[in-house]
Formats: sequence, C-alpha cells, structure tokens
Amino acid sequence: MIQAFAFYLFASVLLASAVLVISARNPVHSVLWLILGFFNAAGLMLLAGAEFIAMLLVIVYVGAVAVLFLFVVMMLNIDFAELRAGFARYLPFGILLALVLAVEMIFAVGAWNAGSIDMAQRIAPIASDVPNIKAIGALLYTQYLFVFEGAGLVLLVALIGAIVLTHRERAGVRPQNISEQVKRRPQDAVRNIDQPVGQGVKL
Amino acid sequence: MTAWFQSQLGMGLGWFAANLILVLAIALPLMLAVAMVIYGERRLWGAFALRRGPNVVGPFGLLQSFADGLKVALQEVIIPSAANRALFLIAPILTFTVAQILWAVIPFGDKMVLADINVGLLYILAASSIGVYGVIIAGWSSNSKYPFYSALRAAAQMVSYEVSIGFVLLGVVLWANSFNLSDIVLAQKGHIFGLINGFALNPLLFPLSVIFLISAMAETARAPFDLTEAESELVAGYQTEYSGMAFALYWLGEYANVLLMCALNATLFWGGWLPPVEWAPLYLVPGIVWLFAKILLGFFIFSWVKATVPRYRYDQLMRLGWKIFLPISLIWVFLVSGYLMLTRYSA
Repeated sequence: MIQAFAFYLFASVLLASAVLVISARNPVHSVLWLILGFFNAAGLMLLAGAEFIAMLLVIVYVGAVAVLFLFVVMMLNIDFAELRAGFARYLPFGILLALVLAVEMIFAVGAWNAGSIDMAQRIAPIASDVPNIKAIGALLYTQYLFVFEGAGLVLLVALIGAIVLTHRERAGVRPQNISEQVKRRPQDAVRNIDQPVGQGVKL
Repeated sequence: MTAWFQSQLGMGLGWFAANLILVLAIALPLMLAVAMVIYGERRLWGAFALRRGPNVVGPFGLLQSFADGLKVALQEVIIPSAANRALFLIAPILTFTVAQILWAVIPFGDKMVLADINVGLLYILAASSIGVYGVIIAGWSSNSKYPFYSALRAAAQMVSYEVSIGFVLLGVVLWANSFNLSDIVLAQKGHIFGLINGFALNPLLFPLSVIFLISAMAETARAPFDLTEAESELVAGYQTEYSGMAFALYWLGEYANVLLMCALNATLFWGGWLPPVEWAPLYLVPGIVWLFAKILLGFFIFSWVKATVPRYRYDQLMRLGWKIFLPISLIWVFLVSGYLMLTRYSA
C-alpha cells in the first residue's frame, strides 16, 4: 500500500515538475522545477530497489549539474519576449523530435514485450542480498571493463578539452606565488639602519 | 519498537508511528543540542578573546540561547517587496530541513541508527549537496546585490570542496569495505594493533582525516572559509534580507550542519560510538556518550579555528580546494587502494 502511494506521489510530482520546467516563465524557476524532478526520479529509483543509482542521481545531477545550471541561468540576463518569439518557428522541429521519441519508446516497449530477453533476468537482475554497489562494481570491472575505461577516457578528453578551450595566456598578470611568500624571511624584506639626521634613505 | 507498534496498529500505520517517534527523538534533542552548542561556542569565543561571553541569562548564562530564540520568534519576518516571495520563504526551510535529515544515517550506538541503509555515505553526500540550494535560492530570491554575490560564492565553494570530501570518503570506504556507516564504525574496532579504535591514527588515513576536517569547515561555510557571509565585503551575505524566524532557521541549520560534520568526522575517523581504546571496562559506558564526547571535541576544534584563524581570500580558498586538496586526496585514493591490493586482496 505504502509503496503504491509513494509511487504515485513520486510519479505525479515528477510529471508535474517536468511540465513546469518547460512552461515556467522564469528560467531560474525552470531549473528549480528540474531539480524537483530529479528528486522524484531518484525516489522512483529507490522504489525500484536501485538505491545506488538513486543516490548517484541526486549527487551528480542535483549536487553538481543543476548547481552549475542555476549558476549560469542566474547570471544570464535572458530576454523572455525574444525567447517566446522563436516558439512558432521551432514548433515543427519540436513536434518532429517528440514524434521520434514516441516511436522509439513504442519500439522499445514492443521489443521488451516480444520476449527475446530472458524473463527471469528482467524481474530480478541481481540477487537481493547483494548490495547494489557490489553488483554494479562486479559487472563494471569484469565484464564491461574496456567499455567502462573507454567511457572514462572520453570524459578525460572532454575534461582536457574544456581546459584547453577556456585557457588563455594573459600578459601582464602577476599571480600570487604562495611558496615564495612563505619562504620569505624578515631579513630579506627589512633593513635596520642607523640613519643620520638630515640625510635621505637610499632604497 | 517498530515491531511493537506494528502489532498494535497494523503494518503501515505502525511503521509510520514508530518512525515518527524515532525521528522526533533525534530532531528535538538535536535542536536542544544546537541551542546549547551556540551558548558554549559564545562562551568559548569569550574565553579566546579574554571576554566574559554571555553570562547573564540564567545560571552561567545557560539560558542565553533560549532568550535569543524567544526574541527571534517574536520578531516580524520582513519580506522585501522586490523579493521572490515563495522562494524567499522556501530557502531557509530547505537549509533547516537538510541539516536535520542528514542525521538519519548517523549511528548513535550499536544498532542505534534510524536508517541503517547500505548507501549511508552516499546518502550523506546526496543530502548535503541539497544544502547549497538553501543559500543559492536565498541569494537569488532576495533580489539584492550582496546576497546574490554570496550565492554565487557559495555555489562555487561548496561544489569545489564536495569533490575532495568525496575522495576522502572513498579512502575510508575502501578500508572499511562498506558504504554503511554502522559497518564503517565496526571496521574501526581495534584498528591499531587491536588496541585503539579509529582510522585516524592509521598513518595512511591520517592525512585524509585532516583534509576532511578542513573541507568540512569549507563545506559548512565556517570560518576561516565563511566567504558567503563575509561581513566586511557582503554585509551579511545571503542572510542580509532575512529577519525573525527565517533568519533563525539559517542559524539553527548552520549549527546543525556543523554538528553533523563533527559527528561524521567522529564516525569516520575516530571510531564513532566505540570507546577510544579497546578495553572491556570502557564498554560499560554507553556508546552514545563516547560519540557525544567525540562530537564535542570536534566542535571545540571548529570554534577554536573560528576564534583564531583569519578569513581566507576567495582565490586562496579556490586554490586550496582545487590545487592542493583535490590532487592530494586523489593520490591518497590510489595509495590506499594500492596498499589494500598488495595486502588484503593479494590472494
């Protein structure tokens, strides 16, 4: 009973917030609705028994991706009227995308029901006494090791690419060198002199 | 207790009633602890600065926090007319709630934990990543310059230090072989020669505990990393436009978060509810007393640092997070996993 209640709660809030993401007038509100959507998706994952995926969803998407989204959207000064003007122009393209997605989903569900996938595996992919993390880890680091490392390499390339794209040499910058500052002793910086009256100090 | 309630009220309702009582049994003493800890910290700062501190309300000033709470509760909550009303009020509630839900997975003793889940540490990371939204939303919805700067700073700062905290936790998880906080505590039993409980005195894990302590200060935006509320540059940061109870929720949430970070430090590195030394008579003292003693010790270090260390500059804060803590903690994950591969798993 409580599972069914939780499922309908998460699912309905997820759908409502997904609709509000695209219909909210203020982009910051959109991002906040998106975050609520992520949360409810994580709740659905928990109900499906995938606690590791649920936590990762919150950590990665809510904790990092959405923070950066919000960061950027808050700083942008978006002209809403201009955005809305493009709506009619992009509407056919949007409908096309939606159609493609719907067809793909129908195919996926059809293939799922066609019965080529083992039924037992579908219901209980992992033994319930093995924690999610261990099951995923055992699979990732044995059977799919090369795919996994390939994905890691792709991320590394993206990381370095981002640094290369944003890094620029600027002339005339004098950055703080902390180790040099720490190494500096009083005798390097201060002179005690016995100065006669009426004469200047030579620097 | 859950079983008894379920026998009385049926499965669903019994579970609900039992958990409601357990949640209140954590949340209400937590608020009391926060009130007392605020008083204690103000006395400590007084001592550090050779002042008296609050010593007037009640014996030794013990009731000072309650007097402040009453004052704040009776004040009017002023909402700026240009503010985004709903978000302006949601933000402090969010901070306060997040600071409380984190306590669900902290083990207070043997089997004394509200939610004994497999992914306890990931839950902590996930829930604490929500905490930053309380600050960001407050800064944005106030529709005011200084809170907005503060929100931008908070977003960057907390994302930066979460990374190194994640790697530090990974080192501990590797050694304990579990994400479950109760298992992590039990893995520390007799860790050093079967004598001392706690990962912190392990030479491979000690640097991680230091990084964790400092990152915890940055993550909770405490001095010397309180750039988000730096009063000399940002008035009061994201709290500038807040008043009355909304302001108090930030206040309570901040201290509940600090206490949680101390509890996490105690649980991950100092043996949690285990006594510090593996000696049978020490187990006669309830585990919760040991945990509280460790939490208070950690909190003393926090207020000591706040009373003595000057504030970091923002670029120094970023440098520490990205150029020092991140590489060190990354290398340490390699070191710990390499050591474990050579010893524990070299079958």
